[in-house]
Amino acid sequence: MLARLRLACAALVLLFVTGPVPAQQLAPREGVTVSIACGALGIELELCREAAQEWARKTGNSVEIVNTPNSSSDRFSLYLQLLSSRSAEIDVLQIDVVWAAMLAPHLADLEGPLGERVDRMFPALARNDRIGGRLVAVPWYIDAGVLYYRQDLLDKYGFAPPETWGQLTRTAAAIQQAERVAGNQRMWGYVFQAKAYEGLTCNALEWVSSYGGGTFLDGSRNFTADNPAARAALAQAGSWVGSIAPRGVLNYDEEAARGVFQTGNAVFMRNWPYAWALAQGEGSPIRGKVGVVALPHGPGGESAAALGGWHLAVSRYSRNRAEAIDLVAHLIRAEEQKRRAIKGAYNPTYPALYEDPEIIAANPFFATLYPAFENAVARPARQAGPRYNQVSDAIWRATHGILRGDDTPASAMDRLDDEIARIAYRARWKEDARSE
Amino acid sequence: MSKISAIEKARARSAWLFVLPMLVVLALVAAWPLARTIWFSLTNATLVDPTTYDFIGFDNFLAYDEGRWYGILTDPQWLNALGNTLIFAVASVSLELVLGVIIALIVNAALPGRGLMRAAMLVPWAIPTVVSAKIWQWMLNDQFGVVNAMLEGAGLIDGPVAWLGGSSLAMVSIVMVDVWKTTPFVALLVLAALQTLPKEIYEAARVDGIHPVKVFFRVTLPLIKPALVVAVIFRLLDAMRMFDLVYVMTGSSEETMTLSVFARQALVSFQDVGYGSAASTGLFAIIALLTVIYIMTLRPLGRDSGA
Repeated sequence: MLARLRLACAALVLLFVTGPVPAQQLAPREGVTVSIACGALGIELELCREAAQEWARKTGNSVEIVNTPNSSSDRFSLYLQLLSSRSAEIDVLQIDVVWAAMLAPHLADLEGPLGERVDRMFPALARNDRIGGRLVAVPWYIDAGVLYYRQDLLDKYGFAPPETWGQLTRTAAAIQQAERVAGNQRMWGYVFQAKAYEGLTCNALEWVSSYGGGTFLDGSRNFTADNPAARAALAQAGSWVGSIAPRGVLNYDEEAARGVFQTGNAVFMRNWPYAWALAQGEGSPIRGKVGVVALPHGPGGESAAALGGWHLAVSRYSRNRAEAIDLVAHLIRAEEQKRRAIKGAYNPTYPALYEDPEIIAANPFFATLYPAFENAVARPARQAGPRYNQVSDAIWRATHGILRGDDTPASAMDRLDDEIARIAYRARWKEDARSE
Repeated sequence: MSKISAIEKARARSAWLFVLPMLVVLALVAAWPLARTIWFSLTNATLVDPTTYDFIGFDNFLAYDEGRWYGILTDPQWLNALGNTLIFAVASVSLELVLGVIIALIVNAALPGRGLMRAAMLVPWAIPTVVSAKIWQWMLNDQFGVVNAMLEGAGLIDGPVAWLGGSSLAMVSIVMVDVWKTTPFVALLVLAALQTLPKEIYEAARVDGIHPVKVFFRVTLPLIKPALVVAVIFRLLDAMRMFDLVYVMTGSSEETMTLSVFARQALVSFQDVGYGSAASTGLFAIIALLTVIYIMTLRPLGRDSGA
C-alpha cells in the first residue's frame, strides 16, 4: 500500500517536473474528440460534416460540430470571447480572411505541417495568413468581387462587357434609358453593396484600387487614400447613386443587390461568386442570360477584386492540437476542395484546380473567375491587425457619406485621415514602427 | 449617563450590522465595476489580449502628439454621440413631461371607465424595451411598414418615408418611440401626486369662480412640483444612458448614436477596452455632474415643501 502510494507520488512529481509533453511533438492519437466550428450558410454545414466525419472514420477519432451564429460579426465576437478566455472548447475554427491578423495571437502555428501546401495556393491568400512569421490559418475557399452582366440586354443594344468604370457608367445609363422607354420602368443600370457595413469597404477598396489609388493603408500603415485617383474613384461611385443605381442601394447588402438583379431589374451587379449558381438556378427569371467578368478599372489602373473567403485555423489552447491539425490537413486537401467545388460551387484555393475538367464542367464560370482571384486585392487587414474592425468601420462610414451626397470625396478622405490617425495613436503604430 | 451611552453604542453597532450587508453588496455590484472601468480608462487594454496592457494616464481622454489632439474629448464621433444624447434627453423628457401631466389630469378626472383607462395606459410601459423597439422597427420599415401604409392610405405622404434610414428623421422616430413608451411612467408619478391633493382647495377655487386653467397653473402645478422634479430626475438620468431602443432600432448608425452605443461599439465591436472604458467614464462623469446640479437645485425646494 505504502509502496504504491510512493510510486504514485513519484509519478506525480515527475509529471510536475517535466510538465505535459508539448502537443505538437505528438503524432495524432486515436479516440480523441476534435471540435470544429464551421459555417452554416446554405449547404456549407453539410459539406463540412461529411468531410469531418470521413476524417473521423479514417483516423479512429470523433468530431463534434459546434454551432456558431450565422452573422459573421456575431461569430467573430463568439470566437474572441472563447479565445481570450483561453477556452479549449473549439479546436478548429473557420475564420474570415480578414480575421487572421486579428486573431493571430490565439492561433497555432501551422507552418511546419501545412506550410508547403499553402505555398501551392493563390499567393495573395498565403500572404494573408502568414502573420509575424507564423502561418496562423490555412485557406479553405476563396472569394473575390466580380461583375455580373445581362448578356441578353448587352446583345440587344450592341454593347460589350465593360472594361473600365467609364464604359460601365455609359453602358448602364444607355440600357437603363432604353429599357425604361420600352416600358420597363423598374430597370436600373448598376447595383452593388453600399449599406454601411463590411461589404461597402470591399466595394470602396475595389474602386479606389482599380483607379491606382492604393489600398487605404500602405505596408507601413500610413493612410494613402488622400490622393487624386482615390478621390476620382469615389466621386465616380457617388455619381451612380440616384442615376444608374437606385437610392435604396445605400441600404443594399449582397442579398438585396442580388434580389434586384435576379428579378431582372438591373443590367450590372457587383457581387461574390455565390450569386452565379442562384442566378442560373432553376426558377430564376434571368437563367441563361447572365455573364460574369472581372470588375472594371479606372483610367490607368488595373481591375481589382476584393479578396474574400474563409480559412481554417487551430486554436492555440486546443488540447488536441496534433489531431486538430490533421483534421485541417484533411479538409484542405485538393480532393476535398474539388468535391466542395462540384457540390457547392465553393472556389478552390489551388490555382491548379481551375484546370480540372470535372470542376469546370460543373461550374463553367470558374474559368472566368480565375483572373479575378489572381488579381485579388486584400483589404488592409494585415496592416491594421487587431484594429482592422475599426479601420474598416471608418472606411465604410466615410464612403457612405460620399454616396449619400452628404460629403465630398476630398472632405471625407480628410476626415478618414483624421480617424485613422486616432486609431494609429491608440494602437501605438508609430512607436511600433520606430522600434522595428 | 454611562448606561445610556452603552445603549447608544450597542444601537450604533447593530445599526452598522444591519447596514453592512447592503454596503458589501453595493461595493461588489457598483463600486468595484465602476473602479475597474475607471482604472481601465487609464490603460490601453484590448479584448484581444486582456492580460497585458500599459498604464497610459489620461491619453484616452485628451492627449497631444505631433500637432494633433487625441482622446475622446477631441473625437468627433464621441462629441457627435454626446450631442445626440443631449438632444434625445431634452426632447424626450420635455415631451414626456407635458404629455404625462395631460394624461394624468384626464385619468384623474371622475370619468366612466377610469379604472380600465389607468390599466390600459400602462401597456407601453409594461412591454420590454427590446420587444417594443423591434415592434416599432417593423412598423416604421420604409418598404413594408404599417406606418407608411397608413399615412399613404390617408393621402398624407406621396411615397414611402425612410423613418429609420439616416437623416434627422431617425432621431425624431426614436424620440417618438421613447415618448410612447415612457409617458405612462411620468403620468403614473403625476397621478399619484394628484390623488394626494386636498379637495378643499379645489372647492374653494370653484366657489370663488376661478377659471380651471388658472387653477391648474396656480394651484395644481405648484403642488405637484416635487413629484415632477422626481420624474424629471429619473427620466433625465435614464435618457442620458439610453442604449437599448437606439441599438435595436438603428444599430451603431452615426445619426442616432448615443454615448452608451459609442461605448459598446468601442468595447465590443472594436475590442478597445481602454478607449471604451474612457467613453463610459466620460458618460458617468456627465451623469454624476447632472445629478449633483439637480440635488443642489432640489434642496431649497425640499425645504419649502417641508416648511
